[in-house]
Amino acid sequence: MSVVGHQPPPFFNRGPAPLVRLAFFVTLALAFLVLDLRFHYLELARQGISLALFPLQRAAYTPVELFDQVSGHFVSQANLKFENAQLKRKELEGANWLMRQQHLELENQRLRQLLDMKERQKVPAVVAEILYAASDPFSRRVIVNKGTQHRVVAGQAVVDESGLIGQITRTYPLQSEATLITDKNQAVPVQVVRNGLRAVLFGIGGGQLELRFLAANADVVAGDLIVTSGLDAIYLPGLPVAKVTRVDRDATYTFARIFCEPAAGVEKHDQVLILGSRAALSQPSEEAKAQVEKIDTTNTSKSENMGKTGKGPQKEKVKTPNQGGAKDSKGNKEQKVKNAT
Amino acid sequence: MQPNYSSRRILLPVKPWFILFTLAVALFLNLLPFGRAVALPDWVALVLAFWSVREPRFIGMTMAFVLGVLMDVAVGSVMGQHALAYLLLVYAASGLSRRILWFSLTQQALHILPLLLGTQLVMVVTRLASGADFPGFPYFLSSFVATLVWYPLTFILLLPQYQPTEKDENRPI
Repeated sequence: MSVVGHQPPPFFNRGPAPLVRLAFFVTLALAFLVLDLRFHYLELARQGISLALFPLQRAAYTPVELFDQVSGHFVSQANLKFENAQLKRKELEGANWLMRQQHLELENQRLRQLLDMKERQKVPAVVAEILYAASDPFSRRVIVNKGTQHRVVAGQAVVDESGLIGQITRTYPLQSEATLITDKNQAVPVQVVRNGLRAVLFGIGGGQLELRFLAANADVVAGDLIVTSGLDAIYLPGLPVAKVTRVDRDATYTFARIFCEPAAGVEKHDQVLILGSRAALSQPSEEAKAQVEKIDTTNTSKSENMGKTGKGPQKEKVKTPNQGGAKDSKGNKEQKVKNAT
Repeated sequence: MQPNYSSRRILLPVKPWFILFTLAVALFLNLLPFGRAVALPDWVALVLAFWSVREPRFIGMTMAFVLGVLMDVAVGSVMGQHALAYLLLVYAASGLSRRILWFSLTQQALHILPLLLGTQLVMVVTRLASGADFPGFPYFLSSFVATLVWYPLTFILLLPQYQPTEKDENRPI
């Protein structure tokens, strides 16, 4: 405290008290936490800082890369031979499917055209390599060596040769971060192959997955294969995700506890494929909507006025006029929408 | 060679660039891609704690905050997680600096252990509050390893200050 008229000499001046400074910076840190967690406002700042940090990160990765190269150089010939033989066998086994795939795909396309259904989307894919696992111990993420420069965007699915391993959740210019399906906050919409039962798959840590929100008597048994359902418009339908390992049916809980293990080598580090993002399903155009509404109103008025139908495309017998009218309009509507899209 | 207040040895003043250099090296060590290996010390926290104890006037909250944000980005954790933990660490370490420096290096390390554990606890609480997964108790091993490293670390970081400008057998420096 300065006595009146006497300022302390400048070399005693040490700025605000430590507690004040602490309070200021803690508030700032908490603000950062909230902004990042709740509102995701800091992504741009993160991009900038990560770009500045990139040389250091790259330098830190160099020793590992060097070690990999050196150790890869001395892989024994026997090892290579064995791997080569295995790959050849796999190729032969897969050739059967591959040869027929083109034919089947063409056939499928034709049949879909005949049925007036939308064609299945084809998506491009980028081959990437997992550099290392992110060292954040609270989540399960890996860093892959393709980023926004290679047109990778957040949301794309990451697969390896045997199934889905995760999803790109954050992109940097030259690399991106993929959250594995075993992460606690990662959910994948899936269905059981055997009976088409749809559910959501969550990571539970320890490399395990859990199929949640299925009734205690749901038809799932150990050994069931689980694939993506494609309902989210993110993952392509039919990607293998997991295999059911154990089903606990406890009457005290509403839901069955279904544990699964991933089909792909989720915690292994290898080459992966980043699948291009699916285009969102197109909405019916305004014209089509208007047309549908017109048909709808005319049909309902017809059924009300005449009390008689039978002009619809369905060949089934109409029991009561009102019901038939409703069905008719619905059938027309559906068909119109299909044609329009 | 006892780098504490009880020793009669007088050290050279520290060079500010050396502090910054060691912090940069610590950041580099933290960035080494060891993946999810446990029990690796958080070098940035350790070096920050060291300099906050040795030079509490040089290491400020700003430094802790900036390094914390850099770590957050590098590790890909939530922004502010490391920053908050490092801030509290620096505050506690510089507050305890006058006390810690009276002890021998082993006892100093025992003072540092709860500080580092506290730092990790702050991070765990932050992440659990945001709905992340508890990484398990082996996560805290890294603080114990860091405590073991305190002795050699002190030796290495004080090395430049031991060197006399001109050698003289009869002088304590």
